[in-house]
Amino acid sequence: MTPAAITQTAEREWTLTGSWTVPGLGELAHELGAKSCNPGDVVLEGAGLEAIDTAGAWVLQRWLRQRKVVPRLSHWPPRLEKLMALVSAHPEEPLLQPTARSPLERLGKFTVDGWQQAVALLAFIGESAAAALRLLRHPARIRWRTVLRNIQIGGFEALPITGLMAFLLGIVVAYQGADQLRHYGANIFVVDLVGYAMLREFAPLITAIIIAGRSGSSYAAQIGTMLVTEEVDAMRTLGIEPLELLVLPKVMALAIALPLLTVFADVTGVFGGMVMARVQLDIGFHEFIDRFGRELHGASLLIGVGKAWVFALIVAIIGCFQGFRTHGSADSVGRQTTISVVQSIFLVIVADALFSVVFSKLEL
Amino acid sequence: MVTTEPVLRMSKVCTRFGSHVVHQDVNLEVLRGEVFAIVGGSGSGKTVLLREMVMLQRPTSGSIEMLGADIGVLAEEESLALRKRWGVMFQHGGLFSSLTVRENVGLPLREHSTLDDDLIDAIADWKLSLVGLAADAGLKFPDELSGGMLKRASLSRAIALDPELLFLDEPTSGLDPASAAGVDELIRRMHTLYGLTIVLVTHDLDLLWQVCDRVAVLGEARVLATGSMEDLSHLDHPIIRGYFDDPRARKARDRAAT
Repeated sequence: MTPAAITQTAEREWTLTGSWTVPGLGELAHELGAKSCNPGDVVLEGAGLEAIDTAGAWVLQRWLRQRKVVPRLSHWPPRLEKLMALVSAHPEEPLLQPTARSPLERLGKFTVDGWQQAVALLAFIGESAAAALRLLRHPARIRWRTVLRNIQIGGFEALPITGLMAFLLGIVVAYQGADQLRHYGANIFVVDLVGYAMLREFAPLITAIIIAGRSGSSYAAQIGTMLVTEEVDAMRTLGIEPLELLVLPKVMALAIALPLLTVFADVTGVFGGMVMARVQLDIGFHEFIDRFGRELHGASLLIGVGKAWVFALIVAIIGCFQGFRTHGSADSVGRQTTISVVQSIFLVIVADALFSVVFSKLEL
Repeated sequence: MVTTEPVLRMSKVCTRFGSHVVHQDVNLEVLRGEVFAIVGGSGSGKTVLLREMVMLQRPTSGSIEMLGADIGVLAEEESLALRKRWGVMFQHGGLFSSLTVRENVGLPLREHSTLDDDLIDAIADWKLSLVGLAADAGLKFPDELSGGMLKRASLSRAIALDPELLFLDEPTSGLDPASAAGVDELIRRMHTLYGLTIVLVTHDLDLLWQVCDRVAVLGEARVLATGSMEDLSHLDHPIIRGYFDDPRARKARDRAAT
């Protein structure tokens, strides 16, 4: 295959050689811009032309049109001439461009979309609640198998990662506290620090974040894919309520699993703190547990577990909600999955902040 | 414009999935410039055969020669060069959902040439007009298109690089009769315009009668017969008779005759 080339061989004659195809064109399309030709009739000599494809014909055609040249094809192989004739018969039309939005319009669309999403989320929560109430009236319809399966996948299988994360977090909290407490000779207060921090804040929060990344995303992806493959529509036509089969078991499963995971995270987190306290501050396990038992009350544990329950609802609902907002394509599944994780972590932290405000007012 | 030069030759191709034998000694030859159809019942391995031709799947044994090269022994670079010489239209379109239709059609050109973006867009629009899609369809995303438009857009991407060979997997499946007739017409036009060799997998009797030069019938894990529809109509294997004897088949034949 020889590369495509064009040379001026006489006043009004240009000779085309080589293969005017995608692999043969190379940089010719850019070099053509420098070749000038006066408007009018020219002969295009095509005896040396090996091949021309649509791309080649377009490159040539554009060059001719820009210089207002009317070509006469001479000695072109018949098949190539036909393609060239077809391309030159096509009128030059301005390219349709997608309508660009002004910044103001974009801001408006962003606001309206945000508002609509908030309304849709409320509607989704309402529908789920109504479905849950219907289910409560007919408890036999609760799909326990699905719930248990979801608890196993979302809860039991998350035990190692949650435990490890909480353990490391306990070490970090104790280490950061140890240095400060040592200055004041208040070493033993590391027990209070680790205990309150883990039980009330860190254990529920880290568990919820792990579950949002693990289960929330998979809920969104699962429901999104089922929408794309019309499985959800099939469910509706078979008289199965998708909310009842897809959403409620997941919400129930997380509402059970997340508080339990939090208790487990409490244990490993406090253990992490205990290890660090012994290494850094010479507080023995026995001493640590003794003070832990006297200083910390059941209320702290319950507050943490209660928060975890609310976080579970947030993660499950947002994951399912974003899954149901998928429309059309694989691309959309990926986008909704990402949104579900970002949004549920965001809302979990917002909810946590609200809890802090409320608890401080109630002096809990 | 059918010649006697084979562009595709399969010899003794066997395909097995575990203990399930899909193909046993399949021999096929497709000549340059013809429209060649592969038919057969569901599960007879038509699509698997097509996937083996376009190097998406390797047969268990046997050799496949495409455009003069044995695809079993090709180096990475050679197989890439070979892949550019054919276009494939998938059953469900296979269009990239994150790109607009115009970007989908322009993608092969963008990948394999150094042309300017606006020229590529213009070429893509032209290819879309060739398959009968309006220019504004180019700005849409694949999930906004109807089934017939999706097939057309997919065909348009398959011919983006002006291939020598075109593979079509069920080009008319899932279309209403009017759109299916439109696709028949389209395949014929592409064939005369570019002098393409077309290999297609189909169940569509009208397509078989009106567009295809030769037909290979797959069944019992092998090629039962190859020939024009007229030739096949004289054979009396039960699977082949199924393409001629029921009322729908007769109607398709009558329509082709008129």
